[in-house]
Amino acid sequence: MQTEFDVQKKSPTQSSSADQVGQGLVTGAEILIRSLEAEGVEIVFGYPGGAVIGIYDTMHRLKPAFKHVLVRHEQGGTHAAEGYAKSTGKVGTVLVTSGPGATNCVTGIADAYMDSIPMVVFTGQVPTKLIGNDAFQECDMIGVTRSITKHSFLVRNVAELAETVKKAYYIAGTGRPGPVVVDLPKDMLMAKAPFHYPKSVSIRGYSFAGKGNRKQIQKAAELINAAEKPLFYVGGGTIISDAAVELTRLARKANIPVTTTLHGLGSFPENDPLSVGMLGMHGTWFANKSVQNTDLLIAVGARFDDRVTGKIEAWAPHAKIIHMDIDPACISKNVPADCPILGDVKLVLKDLEPLVEARSAASRKSWLEQIDVWKAECPMDFKRDGKLRPQEIIRALRDKTGGNATVVTDVGQNQMWGAQFFTYVQPRTHITSGGLGTMGFSLPAAMGVAFGKKPGDSPVISINGDGGVMMNIQELGVAAAHKLPLKVVILNNSYLGMVRQWQELFHEERYSHTDLAPTNPDFIVLAKAFGCEAIRCDKPEDIQATIDAAWEVTDRPVVMEFVVVMEEKVFPMVPSGATTDEMITASSEDIA
Amino acid sequence: MTQQTLTPQQVYRKQAAGEALGPDGNDVQHRHVLTVLVENSLGALNRVANLFSQRGFNLESVSVGEAKDPQLRRMTLVTTGNDRIIAQVIRQLNALIDTLEVEDVTAYDHIERELCLVQVRCSATERHALTSVVDIFRATVVNITPDSLTFEVTGPPTKINAFIGMMRDYEVLEVARSGRVAMRRELAFEH
Repeated sequence: MQTEFDVQKKSPTQSSSADQVGQGLVTGAEILIRSLEAEGVEIVFGYPGGAVIGIYDTMHRLKPAFKHVLVRHEQGGTHAAEGYAKSTGKVGTVLVTSGPGATNCVTGIADAYMDSIPMVVFTGQVPTKLIGNDAFQECDMIGVTRSITKHSFLVRNVAELAETVKKAYYIAGTGRPGPVVVDLPKDMLMAKAPFHYPKSVSIRGYSFAGKGNRKQIQKAAELINAAEKPLFYVGGGTIISDAAVELTRLARKANIPVTTTLHGLGSFPENDPLSVGMLGMHGTWFANKSVQNTDLLIAVGARFDDRVTGKIEAWAPHAKIIHMDIDPACISKNVPADCPILGDVKLVLKDLEPLVEARSAASRKSWLEQIDVWKAECPMDFKRDGKLRPQEIIRALRDKTGGNATVVTDVGQNQMWGAQFFTYVQPRTHITSGGLGTMGFSLPAAMGVAFGKKPGDSPVISINGDGGVMMNIQELGVAAAHKLPLKVVILNNSYLGMVRQWQELFHEERYSHTDLAPTNPDFIVLAKAFGCEAIRCDKPEDIQATIDAAWEVTDRPVVMEFVVVMEEKVFPMVPSGATTDEMITASSEDIA
Repeated sequence: MTQQTLTPQQVYRKQAAGEALGPDGNDVQHRHVLTVLVENSLGALNRVANLFSQRGFNLESVSVGEAKDPQLRRMTLVTTGNDRIIAQVIRQLNALIDTLEVEDVTAYDHIERELCLVQVRCSATERHALTSVVDIFRATVVNITPDSLTFEVTGPPTKINAFIGMMRDYEVLEVARSGRVAMRRELAFEH
């Protein structure tokens, strides 16, 4: 069958050759598998069940070209696909059964939608004639996912299945990427049709921006050339568009400082003097100060999220705004732009660069010096008092790898320390659940990243808290079975740390249901039970030895449990709804 | 925040957003009539309606029917809200895979029409008086029983409202309105 397929793939007259394959007609299950192969899918994260048993049976028979990874929970599968997609830039693929298999994917789909991650989720469905009858394991997946997908398809005719798969991948991976759900009724998998995978599809209601408008780019260049205190505000769209090189070149040419969002980390090297780090709620003091004082904010693939802006009316009060984005609904959504540019930011930056005048650092002296003053006022640092603090661990990981690693963080304090204290120098090396803020994301996502890596590639580090890691801990077994050399860090403070921090700062220390100590497992025993190596560390002087020992393990995941101080908080912090220059810093906290 | 403390950029943004400058002002809200050309595909209507309910907009009227191309449907939607947010919803509508064309016809010279069926209790003695009122609206009788009449009336929404208002003098048994259909008006003799 494999050779027949190869012939067919190379044949220019696909429709006629399909009729020559076997009987000419193949089942929907086989069409699906052939389509995934033709699409170039490398890996499928899945979990079988009644509605998709036909696909799994066919997979067993055909030995497809892609790898199928049996995850242990469908949510883990979606996050793994997200991690794979964010790290490689390719479309992630998930295959699950109907009903609960499908609904378990909802969190991952919503996460991918919020963070613009290309992903196609194939969900089983009860046979067409039973849809709407409350059949066993039935769920209206199209209805459930309507507001969290870029698009969705219910396959109603097996002859349209291959084209639907092509459309799904095309929609998921182009423009502003996003998740697409393809609902597959069981009878469609058994019905037969000729297989023909289209080379391209045209969808008349779907288009996406390419180059930006010349006039708007000209206007943007004039604004940049006239600005005294410009600032790049760079979001995840820059990385999706592979525009890090163009951005870096332009920023250095005109000596414009750069702040990035959580998802923008890695788009501009953080060790460059022009970098002011991350902005927003837990951004650096100097990034937020720069935003509040800039006269021109150049937003590149960013969406003015509330965690970035704080109290939006008071944000960047003096700044004119250039907003370049591929999504027209994103431009001027939260803050009206003075110069909107609709387009793929890579192409926009390319066209913009020759129009922007080169400026030396000396000619921007007062602005850059002012930023240096803010950097000196409140640098990113932490207390060194002999206690084990999470920031020191992240710094040690950075020093171990020289920033040459993919860091996948979970959600909460660990996420913010991971963002603040690692130094990101390359795109696609920082992966996190930013928009939806899904706890339990890191472990399966890191697994997905690792599946996309080749031997010899830089290491994959999963940073977790003791809360989030338990939400998808089952995937540790999958990572172990596949001998993935994951470096899993658990910053164990026995608390839901971020919620605890808010309770301490804003709820008069009423620690309502955030103490995890009574329900936490022994992480070392747990990790070993899953077949992983496990090391515990509870003293700062042991950090280095722990990390060194972990890096020796190359044939399975290694879990490093760091028993950190419980009361450590993430600073600086803009309280929710405050203006971004009303920051609480570690030093102001000490005084209080 | 009072107007005095706003920077020029903040004033610009608030004006661009149609937001009140001071605490005593009002956000700019208008009624919008949108026409949307969608694929005749499964769930297209749902996706369009969903975008409005998601943002907390009530759809005052929805009508859907075949367009020139039989594979397409033309929807007419009426809603009220902040101009900027409606403009954003329109961009989101455009982003839907099923939509081919979205237009806010409110800003242009356009035609709006609605069809309405009204059933009124009416005895034989009242019939003459009632039909004389109805004639003014050029409504037609589409059903008659010994004690009721059913009228069909078409026109702009204001006319339909007026017609239903006039019927209040009688006992209205049932009203069914089609929802608006709208189209931009081509002006051939504008100058």
